[in-house]
Amino acid sequence: MSDERSARLPHAFTTPGSSSFLDFVSSHAPHLLPGRRDGDFAAPAVPHATTIVALQVDGGVVMAGDRRATAGSMIAHREIEKVFPADELSAVGIAGTAGIAIELVRMFQLELEHYEKIEGTLLSLEGKANRLSTMIRGNLGLAMQGLAVVPLFAGYDVARATGRIFSYDVTGGRYEERDHHSVGSGSVFARGALKKLWRPGLSPADGVRVAVEALYDAADDDSATGGPDAVRRIWPVVASVTAAGYVRVADDDLDPVVAAILADRADRLGGPRA
Amino acid sequence: MTMPFYVSPEQLMKDRADYARKGIARGRSVVLVAYADGIAFATENPSRALHKISEIYDRIGFAAVGKYNEFENLRVAGVRYADLKGYSYDRSDVNARGLANAYAQTLGTVFTTESKPLEVELVVAEVGADAAADQIYRLSYDGSVTDVHDHVVMGGRADELGAVVAEGWTPGLGLGDALALAVRALGWSEEGGEPRAIAPAQLEVAVLDRTRPRRTFRRVGGTELAGLLGTDDGEVR
Repeated sequence: MSDERSARLPHAFTTPGSSSFLDFVSSHAPHLLPGRRDGDFAAPAVPHATTIVALQVDGGVVMAGDRRATAGSMIAHREIEKVFPADELSAVGIAGTAGIAIELVRMFQLELEHYEKIEGTLLSLEGKANRLSTMIRGNLGLAMQGLAVVPLFAGYDVARATGRIFSYDVTGGRYEERDHHSVGSGSVFARGALKKLWRPGLSPADGVRVAVEALYDAADDDSATGGPDAVRRIWPVVASVTAAGYVRVADDDLDPVVAAILADRADRLGGPRA
Repeated sequence: MTMPFYVSPEQLMKDRADYARKGIARGRSVVLVAYADGIAFATENPSRALHKISEIYDRIGFAAVGKYNEFENLRVAGVRYADLKGYSYDRSDVNARGLANAYAQTLGTVFTTESKPLEVELVVAEVGADAAADQIYRLSYDGSVTDVHDHVVMGGRADELGAVVAEGWTPGLGLGDALALAVRALGWSEEGGEPRAIAPAQLEVAVLDRTRPRRTFRRVGGTELAGLLGTDDGEVR
């Protein structure tokens, strides 16, 4: 075929129909897909990302993640970032095998952007949540070998004018969460804190404080979750998503929040009273 | 002995080129003008959904004239090309030159090997850190690529309108002035009379704005466009 020899763009590029980057890569370059590895193996001690919390606030959501990655009992990284903008109006946080999770987030960000560019319109929040579900399901084989990825997805729903939170299991099951949720090894402790501190109509600024308190409680009892590192000045990654879009809270703005939490905890180890 | 089916290669290529040129000339022109903070695209297009100007990647924009189904197909291919390249390497490795080459090969192959050439003309533009680093590539139906600077006009009356833009263009134009120049060219009348007034609602305008972080492409419309063109009553003079 002359087409095979010519330098024109391959037919996969000019085939009409799909707005999905994932589908395009699956057909044209499947070796680039996240988690597409051959062979049967036992998972080695690779870095794992840990605790993510998300909570609804007035007019949106706040999501936060600690900065520690662990490999077995060792600290693999002190300032890994696990909360990312999925697009302008949503955030995704990751717990589980860091390498695969970060690759998955990259693919997810591109999937949303690709759809937006080709269709000229944003996916609905449910649509985004479902695409993430499909990607997690694609990783099930690796999850069974111990390389699981469990994300937490939250965003601003333009149609309903409210923030919404979605959690996932390793099989791609998608569950909408009410009020707040957390994932990762420290999630049990974080969820306890969220239950006591969260209240309806929380302002975004108060939401940031509650999120950092919850991560503090997780780090207090879970060795794989890192607390605020006042010596190196490493604070959690905290982001808010409202109608105005995804905004990461600057470290300078977290300084007083962390300082207040540390001072309060010196007086009362359990943190604020509900 | 006669050879009734013989057509000289020159004639064959000329016929194809004429055919493509005729198709392209039927469409309305697209004007690209570099301004101080980026590159502005403008065309007359009453449709809100069927775009002639689109985003390809962070710093790369696309504009086309000709047959919608053909350039839409090339646009989607370009988005796939850019996204795949950015995913395999890094976002900073996606550039307009690579995309222009891929388009040129595609257009050239179709022109020489298929029964009908693509009736499209494209511009691939990349905004740089400063005006000197901007890149604009113009691609013809036969796959030829031209590296143009500062401004370009495509479509039926490209030469005529191009002269209007070239005359009015100066380095470091503001966005409002650049768009006013583009709109003046789009409404230029053949008889040399007053330029035709075009309402902002009839315009499709977008910019690659180098001051924006990451994705520089932005559509400009509605009240913002009317404000930039300096018309409260919505008529451009």
